[in-house]
Amino acid sequence: MDVLALSRLQFAVTCMFHFIFVPLTLGLSILTAFMETRYVMTDDETYLKMAKFWGKLFLINFALGVVTGITMEFQFGMNWAEYSKYVGDIFGAPLAIEATMAFFMESVFIGLWIFGWNKVSKKVHALSIWLAAIATNLSALWILLANGWMQHPTGYVLRNGRAEMTDFLAVATNPYGLLKFGHQLMSGYTVGAFFVMGVSAWHLLRKNRPDFFKRSFRIGAVFGLVSVILSAVLGDLHAVEVAKTQPTKFAAMESIWDTKKGVGLNLLLIPDPVKECNTVEQLCIPNAVSMLAFHTPDAEIKGLKEFPRELRPPVLPTFLSFRAMVGLGTFFILAALLGIFFSLRGTLETNRLFLWGMVLTIPLPYIANQLGWVVAEVGRQPWLVYGIMKTSDGVSKSLELGQVVFSLIGFTLLYGALGVIDIYLLAKYARKGPDDDLSAIIKPVRQEA
Amino acid sequence: MVFQVIWFILWGVLWSVYFMLDGFVLGEGLLHYVLGKTDGERRVLINTIGPVWDGNEVWLLTAGGATFAAFPTTYALMFSYLYTALLLLLFALIIRGVSYEFRGKVENEGWKKGWDAAIFVGNFVPALLFGVAFGNIFAGLPMDAAGYHGSLLALLNPYGLLTGVLFVLLFAVHGSLYAAVKTRGDLSARAAGVAAKLWPVLLVVAVAFLAYTKFATHLYDNYLSSPVLLIIPVLAVAALLGIRLFAARGELLGAFAASCLTILLVVATGVAGLFPNLIPSSLDPAYSLTIFNSSSSAYTLKIMTVVAFIFVPIVIAYKIWVYRVFRAPVTVEEVLGDRQAY
Ligand code: HDD
Ligand code: HEM
Ligand code: HEM
Repeated sequence: MDVLALSRLQFAVTCMFHFIFVPLTLGLSILTAFMETRYVMTDDETYLKMAKFWGKLFLINFALGVVTGITMEFQFGMNWAEYSKYVGDIFGAPLAIEATMAFFMESVFIGLWIFGWNKVSKKVHALSIWLAAIATNLSALWILLANGWMQHPTGYVLRNGRAEMTDFLAVATNPYGLLKFGHQLMSGYTVGAFFVMGVSAWHLLRKNRPDFFKRSFRIGAVFGLVSVILSAVLGDLHAVEVAKTQPTKFAAMESIWDTKKGVGLNLLLIPDPVKECNTVEQLCIPNAVSMLAFHTPDAEIKGLKEFPRELRPPVLPTFLSFRAMVGLGTFFILAALLGIFFSLRGTLETNRLFLWGMVLTIPLPYIANQLGWVVAEVGRQPWLVYGIMKTSDGVSKSLELGQVVFSLIGFTLLYGALGVIDIYLLAKYARKGPDDDLSAIIKPVRQEA
Repeated sequence: MVFQVIWFILWGVLWSVYFMLDGFVLGEGLLHYVLGKTDGERRVLINTIGPVWDGNEVWLLTAGGATFAAFPTTYALMFSYLYTALLLLLFALIIRGVSYEFRGKVENEGWKKGWDAAIFVGNFVPALLFGVAFGNIFAGLPMDAAGYHGSLLALLNPYGLLTGVLFVLLFAVHGSLYAAVKTRGDLSARAAGVAAKLWPVLLVVAVAFLAYTKFATHLYDNYLSSPVLLIIPVLAVAALLGIRLFAARGELLGAFAASCLTILLVVATGVAGLFPNLIPSSLDPAYSLTIFNSSSSAYTLKIMTVVAFIFVPIVIAYKIWVYRVFRAPVTVEEVLGDRQAY
């Protein structure tokens, strides 16, 4: 392996690790804010206990989101110096805006939320978790606009040996980035919702605090259904955008080798990248891919053979990840529907099989998120900035192999250890259940020293 | 041209404010064992910085992001040339961040001891490495047309190490004053005592640094050509003496304010000496990275200026408000009675 291969591997590892925590932060912050708002509105202490219980899990998760995020900020310069020089004029701006607009707001108001229970009024306290949640969403917006620009560059000109920004508005309203943002938010909310449903199901199986967890489950189910449907809708729109702007990625996602009109969707399909064809094509839905891509039944889709081999992305990972993500999305819609159904009929507790299913489902939305990024990022190869810069041209020139070996091993060990500790703590506090002693919050003990 | 100078100033301001704010977190953390003798005291210390440390660290992310947006070439070369040093810094900051959140989550001696060590390492290493990095930037990095000719060991030269020690001491005094202001009783008195003991050492190192800077760097060239700039180092020294004056009178808040100013002005002294370089080349000035040859286009700088002038004041306003909400000192009783505390 050379510096390039190791840097790619390191970027993928650290980015995917950061992205274990981000989706839950996106979803659980909103849910916690909603619960606390219900408490302020109704004075029902169960909602306060909910906000505290789910909020605690949110914070344990958040800590790792923060520290792994610092790595991301440093890495563009450390491993991708040529890239940073070439596109910094455009790409640096959203990152800097993200820090000033979102990270400050997020960190300051989370601090206020954790430590401010008896220092500010109930309303201001609820406001602080809303501000933190909004900031989290804003942070996703700017980072995805940055990534969206790499996927589909807009508002720039190649000048002075680099890409220079000519139109900030075009960068900030890049449809590719905005669709990514919408799709990603909803996918993050989905993770949060299934996390709440899964943990609630675990307690319901143990007949532990049924009232508390039935209500939590219902909030999760409704939030989850809305999010996952929107995620699918926006994902579909996103695929349309991909077909328009990144034909190679789209062909790889659907494993289409020959250019054809009216392409059908084979439910069963096995690609053979060596022979450049599909060995199995079964259960075809006529014209479905053409409909999906261009919303017309006989639209022409460019096949991979249309492009030189060195400009094609790896087909297998792109194709399989896309299939699996969409499959999981469909499954989540069903699961959320069933959850709402049992919840409304009041038969949640007796459906032990379903509850067990929901516990086991907790990791799946995480996996769907990771797969989505594999589609987006692997499917973009060999381009680093689509159509402008190859990944191999972006890597730092000054790096020596030993340095990258050392850093990759370091990240793997450190992140591995932190991941284990975080899961241990999450499980510990998730199993402990809500805390009934609200004295520290409602009637502050204020003895003078 | 104008925007490049504006961004140079903002760049300096972001780093100085970062060191002023994270400085007391780093300082308190590297004195974790010296200040906190019992588990209760250590928890109090962690809770003095609990609500604010993450917000302070974001100044670092903003300084990094601003370097990327305004001076992409400098961002790219600085981060790739100093790869291994930055990696160690990064690992330390990662350990530090989780240690605050995780330490109080399990009631177990060994668990807490482990995270105590993480707090010490996670604050000491960054304090030292930031100093070493800035010392080397002041002195210039060995770079030319062929790229970079340095190594991790070469960064640990005498001037780099002296700057590292200076940073550690600045932060240690700063952090112990913060602890003294934010706690009560024995803990506060011990912290004030530590600050008083460290101050003379800091003074000696600061004088040595100013003298060595004359030989190791070209920072004084700007001061010779425009003597009015000398006001910055003069005020820095005045603020440094001010720490002592306030502390001797028992005015801890005043002493802490003076140490805030000291850090701001020390960093400003270095940055003003660098102008218009961001990273000088120690081999040949023709290869120095300046604000002119490494900046973004005028258009990007303009956009970023608008963003900065709108959002930075808003950030400062709500940060001041939150600091006021948490202005009361932290006590042991409060921490033990509150399940939300760290
Ligand atoms: C702001 C830009 C940006 C963002 C938001 C992401 N990535 Fe990315 N990704 C890159 C910028 C990038 C890159 C710098 O462009 C890389 C590095 C090397 C490369 O090939 O592209 C890359 C590569 C890359 C690869 C390796 C692909 C390959 O080399 O074949 C994976 C698996 C991911 N990323 C995964 C992710 C995940 C899980 C993300 C969620 C946080 C993510 N990316 C967000
Ligand atoms: C690859 C580029 C990325 C960079 C440079 C980056 C940078 C960062 C940084 C520096 C932090 C810490 C902020 C703090 O200290 O408060 C952070 C946290 C966060 N990032 Fe990222 N990030 C990246 C990818 C993403 C993506 C793709 C998203 C969302 C779609 C995202 C969303 C978040 C969120 C929500 C947080 C809050 C903490 C948490 O995750 O729990 N980040 N990120
Ligand atoms: C069910 C229908 C879905 C469709 C049609 C769909 C479509 C897509 C497409 C086309 C991409 C690639 C975009 C690119 O190349 O940049 C993508 C990415 C992604 N998907 Fe999906 N998706 C669906 C469901 C889901 C679900 C259920 C989740 C997770 C809960 C999810 C999470 C993601 C993530 C995290 C990404 C990467 C971010 C991005 O590129 O937008 N998707 N999706």
